[in-house]
Amino acid sequence: MMRKFAGLVASLLLTVIGLLAVTFLIGRVVPTDPALSVAGDRATAAQLAAVREDLGLNRPLYVQFGRYVAAVAQGDLGASLLTGNAVTSDIARVFPATLELATVGIVFGAAIGIPLGVWAAVRRGRLADQLVRLMGLVGYSAPIFWLGLMALALFYARLGWVGGPGRINVGFLYSVEARSGLMLLDCLLAGDWEALRSAASHLVLPGALLGYFSLAYISRMTRSFMLKELSAEYVVAARAKGLSEARIVWRHALRNAAVPLLTVVALSYAGLLEGSVLTETVFSWPGLGQYITNALQSADMNAVLGGTLVVGAVFIGINLLSDLLYRWLDPRTR
Amino acid sequence: MPLRRRHLLLSALPAVLPAVLPAHAQTPRRTLVQAMAIDDMISLDPAENFEITGSELIGNLYERLVQFDLDDPSRLSGQLAERWTVSADGRGYDFRLREGLRFASGNPLTAAEVVYSLQRAVRLNKTPAFILTQLGWSAANVAQRVRQTGPLTLSLSVREAFAPSFVLNCLSSTVASIVDQRALQARPEGWLRRNSAGSAPWVLRDWRAAEIVVLDRNEAYYGAKPRIERAIYSHVKESSMQRLMLVRGDVDVARNLSPQDITALAANPQIKLTRIAKGTVYYISLNQKNAYLARPEVREAFKWLVDYEALGTTLIQGIGRPHQNFLPHGLLGASDAAPYRLDVARAKALLAKAGLPEGFQVTMDVRSSQPVQGIAEAVQQWAGRAGIRIEILPGDGKQTLTRYRARKHDLYIGEWGADYWDPHTNADTFARNPDNSDGAAQQPLAWRNAWAIPQLTRETDAALLERDTARRAADYERLQAQFREQSPFVMIYQQQQVAAARAGVEGLRLGPTSDTTFLAPVSKR
Repeated sequence: MMRKFAGLVASLLLTVIGLLAVTFLIGRVVPTDPALSVAGDRATAAQLAAVREDLGLNRPLYVQFGRYVAAVAQGDLGASLLTGNAVTSDIARVFPATLELATVGIVFGAAIGIPLGVWAAVRRGRLADQLVRLMGLVGYSAPIFWLGLMALALFYARLGWVGGPGRINVGFLYSVEARSGLMLLDCLLAGDWEALRSAASHLVLPGALLGYFSLAYISRMTRSFMLKELSAEYVVAARAKGLSEARIVWRHALRNAAVPLLTVVALSYAGLLEGSVLTETVFSWPGLGQYITNALQSADMNAVLGGTLVVGAVFIGINLLSDLLYRWLDPRTR
Repeated sequence: MPLRRRHLLLSALPAVLPAVLPAHAQTPRRTLVQAMAIDDMISLDPAENFEITGSELIGNLYERLVQFDLDDPSRLSGQLAERWTVSADGRGYDFRLREGLRFASGNPLTAAEVVYSLQRAVRLNKTPAFILTQLGWSAANVAQRVRQTGPLTLSLSVREAFAPSFVLNCLSSTVASIVDQRALQARPEGWLRRNSAGSAPWVLRDWRAAEIVVLDRNEAYYGAKPRIERAIYSHVKESSMQRLMLVRGDVDVARNLSPQDITALAANPQIKLTRIAKGTVYYISLNQKNAYLARPEVREAFKWLVDYEALGTTLIQGIGRPHQNFLPHGLLGASDAAPYRLDVARAKALLAKAGLPEGFQVTMDVRSSQPVQGIAEAVQQWAGRAGIRIEILPGDGKQTLTRYRARKHDLYIGEWGADYWDPHTNADTFARNPDNSDGAAQQPLAWRNAWAIPQLTRETDAALLERDTARRAADYERLQAQFREQSPFVMIYQQQQVAAARAGVEGLRLGPTSDTTFLAPVSKR
């Protein structure tokens, strides 16, 4: 058991260091001068040289990387060039926004996508199946940027059903104390129902939009897993025993399909937690995706590396969790 | 689902729906909310900031000795200074401050703080410090050249007998903002990057990078206080989002609108548009390290290969107007001369004269943003008609800038905004290049395009010393005439900034520079 655990820790460490090394190298070979981000276009050559010296960019790459990894080991991700804050505090600020959005998205995607996938499998080749397929096709192929704008134009601007861009109306800016960074939870903790209503109305559209894109993937995969299960011998046996179709589908087939489906949902969730850059941009959602993108465009490598580390950790964590759940759901894998 | 349960759910819907519907979209009555792209902000320290959003904020958080008149930018008036005199030799400036000045902290603002602030900016030597160091101030001599002579008086001495308007214009820039020395003493280094310590009508309450900036009214302000209590800059990058939020009433003002959105809002009676010609000019430059582009006929040919009129009515409609000179409208010596138009035949003749009748191939570094990308594609078409094959190299702003600064480009589409409200700011970069070698200490735009111009550099330096304002204006007109004919710059247009505000917003006025859009006069009905 201990050997297994040590092996797991070692592989995690190697993954993280590999991730950092690749990101670090990519950051150093891109044709952008990070000193320009700090000093600006008007800086003289001498001022740029001083900034490069300050940032340690004149040192050999392996020295820069070694120092960075040593600092990371002590929990120090460095300071962001753009915000001037410690990257850890920046991430602590932006990650809850992404976590909240992604969680709403995956709940939406799974809660609708799985039943739709089951329905499509049960009605294979019929109109329902075609409709679910069409929905999936649109989800795969429609640009999220365009869809987001259209959804805002309709539900926010024309119908006024939901809140607009941002996480909450500015009127509630200082009425809710940021305790967890999760706006809904903070409003609940503050007992401010008006603020909660505002936060929910701002979250519903981007959450649903992200959820729709997960839904497209989850419903297709559910259909595929369910088709496999519905053609299995135990289903034939169940039918022969006279079990109702609903019981066969929902209690037996779906339960077996749930095992691989868990990985699909987990990976979708991890993907959403990376931060959906376009959704965050359209909805002015101050999340991790926007943070990393801004940092990349400005060659703010501490922020990029810090963000990448968090994304990597999220993927590793969710994979680990889905492995554990997998074992719990399917005794054969223990 | 049994029918009764379904009915029960349906009948509950009207009760549930209002709970998730948004509250009526309206900004708080005494708060101004602006939608604006604010992700360019790096520092709010006046000695360090050189970004557009940061400059606007600093203009509202800090005051300076002098300021220019928004109605007539060529006129200067005192902001903190009550009066000033210039010595007979043109190298000494004596200032007297107004009485009763104080910072938002309550600390008094005296000559000691003015001297401290100017000396601090020079000693820190961050990017905007050149505006002050060009006066002949350095870390070594600034203590002698910027001196307190009394509780409310100070004396400045400059390197040469510069035009007084130039010196005063430099002192009206953000880097010359006066900071609260006593407030800084108790703070850690770098505190001013994310906080404010000024004397203007606003104080910084909150700044969350790429999310929001909140200014609160300075209740200790010695002058007339703003009529609104809070001003919020909400980060909204997309023009279409800004428009939707404005129409819905979730913001009072939208600041970064595309030509299409401006056109759409112009027809809305609930929205007012405010425009100002900014001190930013856009250009295409030709690197003289490229043997083709270095030929004078080729330089001229490019100026005949732009359809300025078509650009004005399409890609830059509402956000710019064609302009063929390096000084933007509003600056002393600005010129309206526009000799060039699209003339492919003339450009072809020039290319033939240059020995290139079949044209040639070059690359163009282009930022992947509008309208720059659209302009690049249009120029590619026009130049193609004369046989010049342009390969567009798209990149983000920092990438293209890195190549440009390293003189690795062929063609480049760039923009240049006035750093302070004086013609030297643009003349210094477009028409001055004291050292064209690769390792030059000064690297203005003329250097970036390897344009060696010893004579023009001397004339630009001479204009800086002309103390008669009318003659100085004439000098810059002459410089621009030479520039139009000889330079490797195709000047395209001057930026026009447009803000769209809801009808209830009054007193909003954009300034010609980013640090002169003041929020204090704004009110809401």
